[in-house]
Amino acid sequence: MAEKTIDLRPVKKIVAGYGNDKDSNLIAALQQTQDEYGYLPKQALKEVSRLMDVPLTRIFGIVTFYSQFTLIPRGRHAIKICTGTACHVKGVNDVKQKVKDQLNVVEGETTADYQFTLETVACIGTCFLAPVMMVDDRYFGKLTTDTVTDIVDRYTGDNA
Amino acid sequence: MLKRLKSYDDLVSMRKSGEKKFNQDKVKVSICMTGCRALGAEEVYDEFRKQVKKQKLTDKVEVIETGCQGLCARAPVMTINPPGAFSHRRIFYGRVTTDIVPDIISSTALKGEVINKLCYAEAGKKIPYLKDIPFYSKQKKIVLRNCGIIDPKNVEHYIARKGYEAFAMALLDVDPNYVINEITRSGLRGRGGAGFPTGLKWEFCRKAKSDTKYVICNADEGDPGAFMDRAVLEGDPHAVIEGMLIAAHTIGSEKGFIYVRAEYPIAVAHLKNAIAQARELNLLGNNILGTEFNFDLEIKMGAGAFVCGEETALIASIEGKRGMPRPRPPFPANSGLWNKPTNINNVETLANIPVVLSNGSEWYKQLGTKNGTGTKIFALAGKVKNTGLVEVPMGTTLREIIFDIGGGIPGRREFKAAQMGGPSGGCVPAEHLDLPIDYETVKEVGAIMGSGGLIVMDSDTSMVDISKYFMDFVQDESCGKCVPCRVGTKKMLDILTRITEGNGCRSDIEDLKEMAYVTKTASLCGLGQTAPNPVLSTIRYFMNEYEDLLKTGS
Repeated sequence: MAEKTIDLRPVKKIVAGYGNDKDSNLIAALQQTQDEYGYLPKQALKEVSRLMDVPLTRIFGIVTFYSQFTLIPRGRHAIKICTGTACHVKGVNDVKQKVKDQLNVVEGETTADYQFTLETVACIGTCFLAPVMMVDDRYFGKLTTDTVTDIVDRYTGDNA
Repeated sequence: MLKRLKSYDDLVSMRKSGEKKFNQDKVKVSICMTGCRALGAEEVYDEFRKQVKKQKLTDKVEVIETGCQGLCARAPVMTINPPGAFSHRRIFYGRVTTDIVPDIISSTALKGEVINKLCYAEAGKKIPYLKDIPFYSKQKKIVLRNCGIIDPKNVEHYIARKGYEAFAMALLDVDPNYVINEITRSGLRGRGGAGFPTGLKWEFCRKAKSDTKYVICNADEGDPGAFMDRAVLEGDPHAVIEGMLIAAHTIGSEKGFIYVRAEYPIAVAHLKNAIAQARELNLLGNNILGTEFNFDLEIKMGAGAFVCGEETALIASIEGKRGMPRPRPPFPANSGLWNKPTNINNVETLANIPVVLSNGSEWYKQLGTKNGTGTKIFALAGKVKNTGLVEVPMGTTLREIIFDIGGGIPGRREFKAAQMGGPSGGCVPAEHLDLPIDYETVKEVGAIMGSGGLIVMDSDTSMVDISKYFMDFVQDESCGKCVPCRVGTKKMLDILTRITEGNGCRSDIEDLKEMAYVTKTASLCGLGQTAPNPVLSTIRYFMNEYEDLLKTGS
């Protein structure tokens, strides 16, 4: 019940940045809000609803439609494993399984220490590097079950 | 700060000074800094910059960061061109590492000597010069004319290569009707997949009566296995902006949107940079090139929904709604964004526009076939040696693309099928390898041209698994608005899952076919209408694989 109170000032700033053209900028504002908090906290959504004068139901409809949005907190690093066609035929399933075992999570989950969130994405457009994954904004290609473990290790720990 | 271009003469003088700079007496080291980043291109680039500075060679060697150079299989890739303009003595290196950078500078850049181990090799023979490598020599680069040559973050490079001059012509010298006629006569068809004639689309939108009209660039490249648009946006963003400017002026629009996937961070960054430069030059803004024409552009980031590649869904998404399609008509050309006439073109289509206008429709028509003029970019991936980006004239055969350009299948395995058109397409088997590819021929064999994804599959790939893979994808991405797509894809996936797990029964194939028919016929948008294609094409050509799995079942 008791939700931690969050600082809503960033939401005010984000919404103010969109001036009067609020309707069409709703998705962009939500994207920015998610960048700010790492996910979309309920209070932030209520604040967006109030400031942009958009019903909360419509906002909820949008954030549950687009796969980019998340209503639960994510880890510090986002691991996005590509499951596109080229990666599929080049054996990404084994690589994915390895990461799942290593982190002890399934797709969409976050590790208990909030270090990683594991996601899959249907093609990140780097099929020539298949199988491929992204950690945050960085690409790692031609993965094998060995190399992927090393890469994930690099992001483990405080200095990562 | 760039100087505002107040007239055509300003643009020409910028081109001339750019040409001089671009072709000056320096060795050009061009490094792919887009796709190749995943394999260490940034480190190589930094090392080059460091060494050139340290060895005081800045007046002899110029290090350029470029977009995709095509032969991604060799990443990170680079070319070294002797002083002056690009020539036949341009050397291609692949799999470059930081420790060999000093050698490349001392031997290749300064003395023109080739380092053998970095060269492309075929059948044991090293091929140092780019022009001799079959991967390049069999291509025809029109849309990718600048990709891998210019620095996509530097508008001077684009202008040095006659950038924005086709737009200047459309704006200053000719009538919008002339532009539409040229594009219609050129035979250019939409490169996003459906292949609708571009000139006709523009004409509809131009004729629509309204004070406000919009142009949209569809850069929501969502097909798994397609990365053509990504490469164009990353490697030559100004070409897309120029195409949009021409479209806007022709149909009478002052506002445009580029709807781009959030999963393409480099493309977004390069587009933002290009838009900022175009504004500084007043190629975007008010009174462009000293005329009455005003136009500005805005980027809208997709939020991860495949269906938003469908034009009416994309429009809903720009309007800040759930990206769900609506029935057509009315078509966007009459009632699109905020119910105003809207012209939507794909990235590759827009990048073709400046070439069509500069070179003329007659020239353009010479390329390709009767039903498909010009070129098509294919994203070559999967079980093929030279994975990468390939641009060929329409009418090129699959065999030429996969074996001559792509270098064939790695290992001792055999070619089995090429998946064309992603989740809306189909698998083309070996018997059709010699088919000249254009919109119609590909359709006849059960696939679609689609956006250009071309995934090669060898004897190890299970075609039933591929069929299930795509159904899983479309089922997940179906927006759920119409029943045939929402339920049909789910039911087909259930059957395919059953079959692949060895629990299928004989009637499953007939059920699949029937559901495929209903889903194709009754779905609201292209996603559902094409969703059964991978299933149908694999049943058509690889029925034996379904039968093998059914035999093991009960």
